[in-house]
Amino acid sequence: MIRIVAQEVTYVTGAAAETSASQTETARRAVGAGMTEKPQRRRAKPADRRKTLEILFFISPALILIAVFMLLPIIQAVRYSVYNWKGFGPLVDFVGLKNYARVLQNEVFTDAMIHNLIIIGGSIALQLPIGLGIALLLNRKMKVQSLLRTIIFVPYVLSEVIAGVIWFQLLQPQYGVIDTIMSKFGIQGPAQGWLGTPELALWTVLAVLTWKYLGLAVILFLAGLQGVPSELYEAAEIDGASWWQIQRKITIPLLGPTLRTWGFLSMIGSLQLFDMVWILTGGGPANSTTTMASFLVSEGTKRQNFGVAAAASVILFIVALILAVSYQQFVLKRDAQPADERIKAKKVKA
Amino acid sequence: MKSTSRTAKILALAATGSLLFSGCASGSSAQSDSADGTTTITWWHNSNNGEGKAYYEKVAKDFEATHEGVHIEIQAMQHEDMLTKLDAAFQSGDAPDVYMERGGGELAAHVAAGLTKDLSELASDEIGFLGDTAGGWQIDGKTYALPYSLGAAGFWYNKALFKKAGIDKAPETWQELLDASTKLKDAGITPISVGAGDKWPAAHYWYYAAVRECAEQTLADSVTNLDFSDQCFVKAGEDVDQLIKAEPFNAGFLSTPAQSGPTSASGLPATGKVAMELAGHWEPGVMQGLTEDGKGLGDDTGWFSFPAIEGGAGNPEAQLGGGDAWAVAQDAPDEAVEFAKYMLSEKVQRGFAELDMGLPTNPKAKDAVADPALASMIDARDKAPYFQLYFDTAFGASIGGAMNDEIALLFAGKSDAQKIVDASQNAADLEK
Repeated sequence: MIRIVAQEVTYVTGAAAETSASQTETARRAVGAGMTEKPQRRRAKPADRRKTLEILFFISPALILIAVFMLLPIIQAVRYSVYNWKGFGPLVDFVGLKNYARVLQNEVFTDAMIHNLIIIGGSIALQLPIGLGIALLLNRKMKVQSLLRTIIFVPYVLSEVIAGVIWFQLLQPQYGVIDTIMSKFGIQGPAQGWLGTPELALWTVLAVLTWKYLGLAVILFLAGLQGVPSELYEAAEIDGASWWQIQRKITIPLLGPTLRTWGFLSMIGSLQLFDMVWILTGGGPANSTTTMASFLVSEGTKRQNFGVAAAASVILFIVALILAVSYQQFVLKRDAQPADERIKAKKVKA
Repeated sequence: MKSTSRTAKILALAATGSLLFSGCASGSSAQSDSADGTTTITWWHNSNNGEGKAYYEKVAKDFEATHEGVHIEIQAMQHEDMLTKLDAAFQSGDAPDVYMERGGGELAAHVAAGLTKDLSELASDEIGFLGDTAGGWQIDGKTYALPYSLGAAGFWYNKALFKKAGIDKAPETWQELLDASTKLKDAGITPISVGAGDKWPAAHYWYYAAVRECAEQTLADSVTNLDFSDQCFVKAGEDVDQLIKAEPFNAGFLSTPAQSGPTSASGLPATGKVAMELAGHWEPGVMQGLTEDGKGLGDDTGWFSFPAIEGGAGNPEAQLGGGDAWAVAQDAPDEAVEFAKYMLSEKVQRGFAELDMGLPTNPKAKDAVADPALASMIDARDKAPYFQLYFDTAFGASIGGAMNDEIALLFAGKSDAQKIVDASQNAADLEK
């Protein structure tokens, strides 16, 4: 998740760079088109240039970082993906798109894609209602409010690796805490353990992920709830609306932008899922919990098929890009529009 | 104003750039030959704690004392860390002068990339006394590394639990192994632990079954020609399947890790919860590390060789295993070769064996192994008519990985004997 936050940040800086670039671009075009301009405009040109330089100066560190740590690795990955390469020695064995074919024809990889989709769907289906419910409850005035908020948020603060190791021990068959507690009530856990049974392993991982990331959903939803003006509640109460009606008709619709942003974060996180799977199951048993990321790591570092791993990483990149862009286009677009335009659009529709 | 901001920008760029690149530059290793006539040898090893680390420091000091102007720069790392760093070092072309090689396909890839020095001439004496032992580190008749520790895999078992279940002698045939596991189960003891979560511990069963089923020549040919067409490989899968169907393994073995923690495949026998485990020569050390008193099973530790399989074409005394060898980087100074040879000397190997750091390969140092279970394994190793490297090492990571994955699927009941052969052959065909 930290990775995602970092990406968000770079995304924002990138967007800033884009807008500034487009601004200067329009300015330049205006000049270049030879439009008859007022002298004052012409005099303003050096100042514009200074502004451009200033902008460049301030964004160059970010641009350099993006170039060195994002752009360059991406280009390298694409380059590796068309070679048969063991991780050392020169890149000589050019194989074209064969690595991509190897990845896409590999059942383990296609299964991994399906697992990623299940995790995306599962986390939203579980975390959205539970998170929303908890956020609505915690938004009411009560005595131990901040204590409860902290408790809910603690799993998210824990390092994913540490949380993974703890859950791995809890879920041990026979000797694990969960099986021990269950046997006290006379219930027998699965013979091969929660993580050792291929049919259960992915759902167990999903449950642990829900435990881990529910806190983030709740915190985001609570923040969104702060933004709902209290006058609306008062007005609704005066009109005699019940608590449920207020939540359904006011809170949740006004929480829309927050929910959609959270959905985006959750989706990207699920696509890149690696740490938790690696620690809990390593992709097993019988490849029942592999994700695209765990596939590429085991192909690359374990089998030294770096060309294949690079091809898998490029495919993961493209899948993530397509999903992210279409989500932006179809779901987040409304939130990106300025508020007055949105209202106008609504009026037209009405 | 304009020029100031531009200068500032250039300065900022330069500063950022130099920061980045100096970060890269400091990563490269020290020069091998410096101007003042001293030669520096970089040496990476994986004895990163306790007596082993101190012993290797002493070995380096002793060598420096007899070789004037030589300085040895030691980097002791945890094993997995070392493998990762070695891969990175090979990628950057900045390998240490003396480092560990596990032989087989991995070494072959390093040799093909021109990273490893041919030691055939330079260390002919050592290669002479190593004899067959060096086989796993030879390619086309040339020796590229000197094995300093070589161990066979076999069953480590708890003598007390075997007695409790009424088993008086260690199983010698496949059927006896199955019978022993039934007896243990009847006595309420889990017979075998296996870390199928890490895949390779499960794969060792198939490797060994193949060693028992396949004739010596078939094995040798399959390694050189990457060919698994002989029916003996399918039989190996059937044997392993028979064992899996008898359900001798610990609960949750599909997600059990090999060595980490008390619920791992090594931890369960170490704490007396499981009667035996198929593992390599490292096992007593691992078990000791997983018990509170640091003794592992202590006097109850026993070792028996992988049982014979009836009708198999392989010699039942042949052993499967692996070891570590000192290799010298292609561009390392001559003193590095001297140092690698020095570490194979009787003196160094004796101290190495006395500290239980591994199983010495120098014949003169063998009697220095104190642990009786390890000593019995050395006997089996040296009696073996031939020695097969672990398949994932022998065939290299790519084929070995595909093989291990499919064997792990067999353990999960999601594959069969033929599919293991097919998966291995497919991966092998991509290497040809």
